[in-house]
Amino acid sequence: MFFKLTPTTGQPLYLQLMQQIRHATETGALQDGDQLPGIRTLAEELVVSPNTVAKAYSELEHDGILELRQGSGAFVTVKRRTRSLTDHVQVARRRLRDLIERLRVEGLLDEEIKRAFEAELLYPAEIVTER
Amino acid sequence: MTNTLVILTRDLTKSYGSVAAVRGLNLSVEPNRITAFLGQNGAGKSTTIKMLLGMIQPSCGEGTVLGKRITDAEENCEMRRKVAYVAENKPLYSYMTVEQTVGFASSFYSDWRTDVASKLLNEYKLPRERKVKSLSKGMRTKLALLLAFARRPELLILDEPSEGLDPVGIEHLLQMLVTQAAEGVSIFFSSHQIAEVERVADHVCILDDGRLLMNASLDHLRQSYRRIDLVFSIPAPEWEFRMTGVEKIRTNGYEMSVFASMNADAVVERARDLNVVSVEVAPVGLRDVFLETVKEN
Repeated sequence: MFFKLTPTTGQPLYLQLMQQIRHATETGALQDGDQLPGIRTLAEELVVSPNTVAKAYSELEHDGILELRQGSGAFVTVKRRTRSLTDHVQVARRRLRDLIERLRVEGLLDEEIKRAFEAELLYPAEIVTER
Repeated sequence: MTNTLVILTRDLTKSYGSVAAVRGLNLSVEPNRITAFLGQNGAGKSTTIKMLLGMIQPSCGEGTVLGKRITDAEENCEMRRKVAYVAENKPLYSYMTVEQTVGFASSFYSDWRTDVASKLLNEYKLPRERKVKSLSKGMRTKLALLLAFARRPELLILDEPSEGLDPVGIEHLLQMLVTQAAEGVSIFFSSHQIAEVERVADHVCILDDGRLLMNASLDHLRQSYRRIDLVFSIPAPEWEFRMTGVEKIRTNGYEMSVFASMNADAVVERARDLNVVSVEVAPVGLRDVFLETVKEN
């Protein structure tokens, strides 16, 4: 697995790592039973604090995506539920593509669409629900 | 592993004549973390580190390192056995060869790791027979780092460890920091290399003009600090945005740029209530956080 953490994106590194592992299980790049590098190995490889990897692993274990076995590392546990998530992502992508197409037809430039998406994504979820 | 703070100071102050180098510093450093100590030249970083190690006496205030009082000679001695330190100017005996330096240092420490020392000698490509006085600046730095990394300390204190290193050397240094941290060593290091700090540190302390301006986790910085650029159809109503978390506001006609340490969502809400024309929210990197914090002071 190749992971790429960006220190300047306004998102904690452990969250980035969690999302990339989760994404890899959704695309099938990581399969049920696959082993991930140990905390120390992955931290040295990515040159990030071991606490970053430890936190990502332990949160993913909490979410049921990883199983941490003492002394032998982290193992992927993909359940059926995650498979259907892949389908959700596919559907969402199609809807996004349609939306972007409509916005383009309405005369918005790609740069404006991108900025609007970014601004909305940085908007905390709870406020979106309130609105 | 205990959860006692590895470094704790209260009102730690050092004055040279009428000049205060460190003013009422309340510093706390958690164990099992990589903590970066940032500040401009002359901010008081080295003075602080030297006081922590008992190399200079504070003018007032107090502190503990690994639970040992920094002003008590006996406790200081016990503490120094468990702390590895690399000084800013990397003092080494210039008449010794690299090999003699390593042998000399190893005789002082019961926690010396010969395997790590020889591994690093090879990795750093240090010429064993060469005298320290004819080493380049980068090689001196590497030798000084080797002397610290070849021990098994509880706490590693590094003052500007990347000075004089090329990009390959810096990368290797950062990897060594990660390795040490993975072995349970707490790390406290000062640096000007913000990009490197941003990758590897868990926590960051910012010192300016002898005062501690920030002591925060990088996760918190990434999640909370935002720059919000707003455009209004009226002259930018700056007074409406003096709220918690807003650190700085710049206005230019209808435009306004808000630098927020938290509550970016509240800023956006307020802007929407004021019929803002355009809102852009962007994360703020450590470099900008540092520059804004230091400028503000």
